[in-house]
Formats: sequence, structure tokens, C-alpha cells
Amino acid sequence: MLSLLSKGLVVFRKDLRLEFRSLYALNAIGLFAVTTITAVSFSLGPVRLEPNILAALFWVVIFFSAMSGLAHVFIREEEQDTGDMLRLVFPPNAVLVGKWLFNIVLLGGLCLLIIPLFVIMLGAEVGNWPAMLAMTASGVFAMATVSTVIAAIIALSGSRGALFAVMTFPVALPVLMTAIHGTRVALEGGQLADCGNDLKVLFSFTIVIMTVGFLLFETIWRK
Amino acid sequence: MRNGMWWKSFLAVWMSVVIWAAFYYAPRAKALGETTRVLFFHVPCAWVATLSFIVAAIASILYLRNARPQYDWVAYASSHLGLLFTVLASVTGAVWANEIWGDPWNWDPRQTSIFFLMLIYAAYFALRSGIEDPAKQARLAAVYAIIAGVAMPFFMFIVPRIYESLHPDPLINESGKVKMNGKMLQVFLSSMFGFTVLYFWMLRQKIALLRGEFMLMKKLIQEGEAR
Repeated sequence: MLSLLSKGLVVFRKDLRLEFRSLYALNAIGLFAVTTITAVSFSLGPVRLEPNILAALFWVVIFFSAMSGLAHVFIREEEQDTGDMLRLVFPPNAVLVGKWLFNIVLLGGLCLLIIPLFVIMLGAEVGNWPAMLAMTASGVFAMATVSTVIAAIIALSGSRGALFAVMTFPVALPVLMTAIHGTRVALEGGQLADCGNDLKVLFSFTIVIMTVGFLLFETIWRK
Repeated sequence: MRNGMWWKSFLAVWMSVVIWAAFYYAPRAKALGETTRVLFFHVPCAWVATLSFIVAAIASILYLRNARPQYDWVAYASSHLGLLFTVLASVTGAVWANEIWGDPWNWDPRQTSIFFLMLIYAAYFALRSGIEDPAKQARLAAVYAIIAGVAMPFFMFIVPRIYESLHPDPLINESGKVKMNGKMLQVFLSSMFGFTVLYFWMLRQKIALLRGEFMLMKKLIQEGEAR
């Protein structure tokens, strides 16, 4: 278990270093988020959005930003033919752990960019910050988990990015529905306990998908 | 072939009786009037859609265990039928919703869950069409079917229970009771049985077709190699 985690961390560090060299995924998801929020803010002008619309917009931006960049972590391995080396050196689940951590960090970093943009450009007023941050963190965690597992299928299917959003959306829908609901409650000033059910669903969903991911990843990763 | 005729004849008679009984034998429900008759078709469609999803997920697990093409045919054929029956369940549900809620589609949690079951099936076929190598296609599609199968209980059972729904109590409800009178229940259960047999008959036909395609491809490849 420990060796799996430490090997996973090696894969994670490798991916982080590669990412800082090219900045491909960071640019893709960051600029996607900025463009979307700017477009909405520009077209709205001084109008302020209701919490339910803001919550939906927030997660739509996160979802589609994730779709524009998260698959890259696996696609890069196939395009640069480095996947076979990774297959030889690391056990499959260590690769999954590494890629998963990378996507969590990437998506978490994206949220650090999106939340201030929402407050500044869309005038979002957050009623309860601890609840908002808890919802964002658990939503990101769940979203990164689902997209990492689907990204592995996509990268090996040869269809690359084209199908990523189509395939992730139905599976990630429970995440989107509960995250949007919880974020709305947080924006309206509800307590952390009011988001309890949403947090439970997100947490259990993440655990279930990750367990299935670990069980199946070897099958996906094998060539 | 004779066996196939038996299935077909049985279904023709049984489903005709069910259709007749749904309109003439079953009484009207008190509050909802004539609209309840859609129940005898809507619920079995939703049940078959769920059943085909479960069959596809189990066949996918079996395929990953021992890579026999037969299991992939079952998963593929069952998903095809699942897509068809989710569409039928949505349409019959929308007809009823239009009458009772005044709007065919309003993103009730139940409508949302059946809609996303439909999207999962569509994504499954999109994935399959994107992969050329048959073994890889079957393997990755099986993985996706299992992941989707694991996610399904969340929007079939958990999400609709957390958010308020206007949908009448489903069969698996909190009180665990079926709220129907005797005659309605008879028609309802006969329809459920009829639709389930219909599903297995259609599955059988579809698998036979896939087997035929497989044998033909094999024969063509062998002939090509012989030349």
C-alpha cells in the first residue's frame, strides 16, 4: 500500500514537472475558465445573478474546463509513446494514483482562480465561506476522480479528446447535481450542516468510483 | 427456428391481451382518471431499461473475466435494447406528465435519471464506434459499462430521494407497499412479465444477428487468408 502511494507520488512528480515545462493543461483549463466567465460577465453588464444560476454556472465552468484539460495527462503518454515505459516501470495502480493526484491538484488550482473571478467579475456574494469551500473541495475531488478514470479509457480508445465530455457527463452527473445544490445552499448563507447530504453523496460517490477505478485500471491500461 | 416461433406466438397473444386489459379490464384510479393506464406500459419500459442495464453490466464483468466474444454480444445487444426502452419510458412518461403536470418535461429527478440513463447508453455506443480493434472495443466498452453501472444507483435511487420529486411512488418505495387494487395489479404484473419476456426475446434475436455477423467476418477473413 505504502509502496503504491510512494510510486504514485513519483508518477505525480513526473507529471507535475512535465506540466510546468509545457503548461499545456494549465493553459487549456485556465484560459477556458477565464474566457467563459469573461463572456458571461461581459454580456450581463451590471446585472447580478441569483445564487441558483451562479451555482450552476460555477460547476458548468469547472466541468467544461476539466473536460478541456484533464484527459491530457493520459493522452500525452500515448502521443509521445512514453506509456509503454510507464507500463514497464510502474504497477498500473501507481500510475492511476499519480494521474489522479495530478488532476486533483490541477482542478483544485483552477478553483483558486475561478472563485475570485466569480466574486470580482460576476459579483457573487458568498453567504457561508466554510460551506462554499467544503462543497468546492469535495466536488473537485469527485470530479477529478471520475474524469481521471474516464480519461484513461479515452486515451487508449484512440478517439482522444473528442469523446471525453460525452462520456464523462453522464457518469459525472450525480457529482454535478449534488455539487450545484450544495453550492447554492452555501451561496445563500446556509450552514455547513445544510450541505450535509450533498457532502455525503459526493464523498460516497468518490469512494465508489475510485474503488472501481482501482479494480479496472489494469484492464484499461493493458495494451 | 421452431423455438423462435414459439416465443413470437406466445408474445403476440400475451401482449395483445395485456393491451386489451390495460384499456378495458383495469379500472380507473380515483384521483388520476384515465391517465393511469399509461402506468401499465410506462413502468415495464422503465423496468426493462434498468434490467438491460444490469444485464449489460453483468455481461461486461463476465467479458473482462474471460474475454469470450459471446459476453460482449450480450452486453452490446442489451445496451441497444436499453436505449430503446429508455426512450419508450421517457415518451410514455412525458405523455402522462403533460396531462397531469401540464408540461411534458420539467426535469423532475425521475425524468432526469431516465434521461441520463439514455445518455450513458449513447456514450457507450459513441465509445464503441471510436475504436476499430474488436478486442479493444469490447474491453474498453466493458469497463465503461461497469463504471456507468456503478454510477447508476446514484441517480436511480439516491439523487431522486434527496431532492423532492412529484413522481408517484416508485415500486421500490419507502413504505414498501404497492398501492394498487386487485384488477390493476393483475394487469400490471402481466404487463411486467410480458415486457420482460419481450426483452429476452429481442435480446435473443439481436445476439443471433451479432453471432451471424461474427461468423461471416471470420469466414471472409479465412477466405482472404486462403487466397
